[in-house]
Amino acid sequence: MSELQKSSSGVPPRFSEEAMRQVEVIFQRYPADRRDSAVMPVLHLAQKEFGGWLSQEALDYVAEVVGMPPIRVYEVATFYTMYNLKPVGTYHVQVCTNISCWLCASDEIVRALQNKLQLSFGESSKDGRFTLSEVECLGACVNAPMLQINDDYYENLTPAKVSEIIDQLP
Amino acid sequence: MTKIVYKHIHLENSHTLAVYKSVGGYQALEKALTLSGDDIIDEVKRSGIRGRGGAGFPAGLKWSFIPKDDRAKYLVCNADEGEPGTCKDRDILRYVPHQLIEGMIIAGYAVRAERGYIYIRGEFYREAERLQAAIDEAYAAGYLGDNVMGRGIRFDLAVHRGGGAYVCGEETGLIESLEGKKGQPRLKPPFPANIGLYGGPTVINNVETLTSVPDIIMNGGAWYSSLGVDKSTGTKVFAVSGHVNKPGNYEVELGIPLKVLLEEYAGGVRGGWDNLKGVIPGGASSPVFTKTVCETITMDYDAIGKAGSMLGSGAVIVMDRSVCIVRAIARLSRFYRHESCGQCSPCREGTGWLSQIMQRIEQGKGVRGDIDLLLSVAGNIQGKTICALGDAAAMPVVGAIRAFREEFEYHVEHGRCMVA
Repeated sequence: MSELQKSSSGVPPRFSEEAMRQVEVIFQRYPADRRDSAVMPVLHLAQKEFGGWLSQEALDYVAEVVGMPPIRVYEVATFYTMYNLKPVGTYHVQVCTNISCWLCASDEIVRALQNKLQLSFGESSKDGRFTLSEVECLGACVNAPMLQINDDYYENLTPAKVSEIIDQLP
Repeated sequence: MTKIVYKHIHLENSHTLAVYKSVGGYQALEKALTLSGDDIIDEVKRSGIRGRGGAGFPAGLKWSFIPKDDRAKYLVCNADEGEPGTCKDRDILRYVPHQLIEGMIIAGYAVRAERGYIYIRGEFYREAERLQAAIDEAYAAGYLGDNVMGRGIRFDLAVHRGGGAYVCGEETGLIESLEGKKGQPRLKPPFPANIGLYGGPTVINNVETLTSVPDIIMNGGAWYSSLGVDKSTGTKVFAVSGHVNKPGNYEVELGIPLKVLLEEYAGGVRGGWDNLKGVIPGGASSPVFTKTVCETITMDYDAIGKAGSMLGSGAVIVMDRSVCIVRAIARLSRFYRHESCGQCSPCREGTGWLSQIMQRIEQGKGVRGDIDLLLSVAGNIQGKTICALGDAAAMPVVGAIRAFREEFEYHVEHGRCMVA
């Protein structure tokens, strides 16, 4: 299991007022005595608010906001792969290599990405712009091969298209 | 051919309330609210619809298991779509969310659940946004909330995003996750119908199942059961991926010959029918069919079951003759190893073994006895775990050895692939 990483900024993470309003909306989705159910959505929100990953301080803060023991939040955060427990680039590029994508030549997509970004799986670029990850099936199999960058899917890929997509990122 | 869940997805702005209402949306709810809950359950039973998520359990029967006590009851929609090859629910979520919502309000009313959740896989971020927008519209229009259509009935509905764990597609893993915990499945019994979410009676249905409900109520269970074939009634979306000329999600009546699905809907096998090697008929965990089986098999629960596989989620993965079956299965074994939640030893350890052995055979480092070792490990997983993930990991390996044993043997004996 991955160890939790401390934040390097030294600034304790705090939700903005707008984010706190979103937390209140999240709480309302669950029965008042079932606040624990909010932990996953609040973790998702925290990851968005705090730069794409969750430091140990961020997890402690989520525990405080939701009202759970920190260890329970660590359990959840380490169980689900979407919670990044170390820093990721501005663009987290996740390429699917599971069966349908593999049948549709995801190997070529992976090569194109690795060449373009000069990264192997699990690596981030020095400028903090990109992280490249291999990911399991993302459920867009009839449009294989595909990848995800942050919240968006890119489908029916070719190596040339991959290069274009990367170039067009702001 | 009759379509149900996809009949409106090609309309412009099909995801909006205005367009959904213009094609008769929420009329089934209006009708349902004039019936009793038991009448609705009977209608769904008559339809014969079976769970479209993979297990194929009759939905009406599932609903009828909800006890008539005064505990709070819950309705959960499983939108965790994660079985490799499967992407049918995504198009419902992003194109016709109101049809799903309408189905859920009807189901909630039938089983007297006042609260519903849609557990959607976390990666479907845009789909979750669409869904939330539709829920907001439905609240504003009075279809959701404490006075559904002015009838004094309460139904609240919320979206809950997962975190990227395949095992949460298992219904009790999903419940654990929804309660804010690791998604480790529960021992059954008790079944969710008695003790589910927050300890209350809970119905969990797949997206496609619930999205079929409005048409069942509108046109009657008998109408629905006239579609498809005996014991596999109605329509089903097949997500056809891999080596076909027109991969896509196709909604057809159950019982369609696989060959027709591939040749007439999916544009044919790449390089022609004779270039077909095999088909995984129901998602990654279902045993692969050889071309010989594909010639005659029909796509219904019983026919596929009798042929030794599963209709599952309806993910049809097509492989042409260029595919190394050992490599394909090795990739799947790696997936199951990654996704095992670690709770049960046979699965936690067994999926690791399966993946390692598959990998060494694939890399030409297999040793004599490895094939039997795979079968032995698989046998020690199957039926010995809390949830079906262990079986799901074992079945593709056992099925591939059964169908393509000579390829496995060639890999072991020659240290390389006979295909590529």
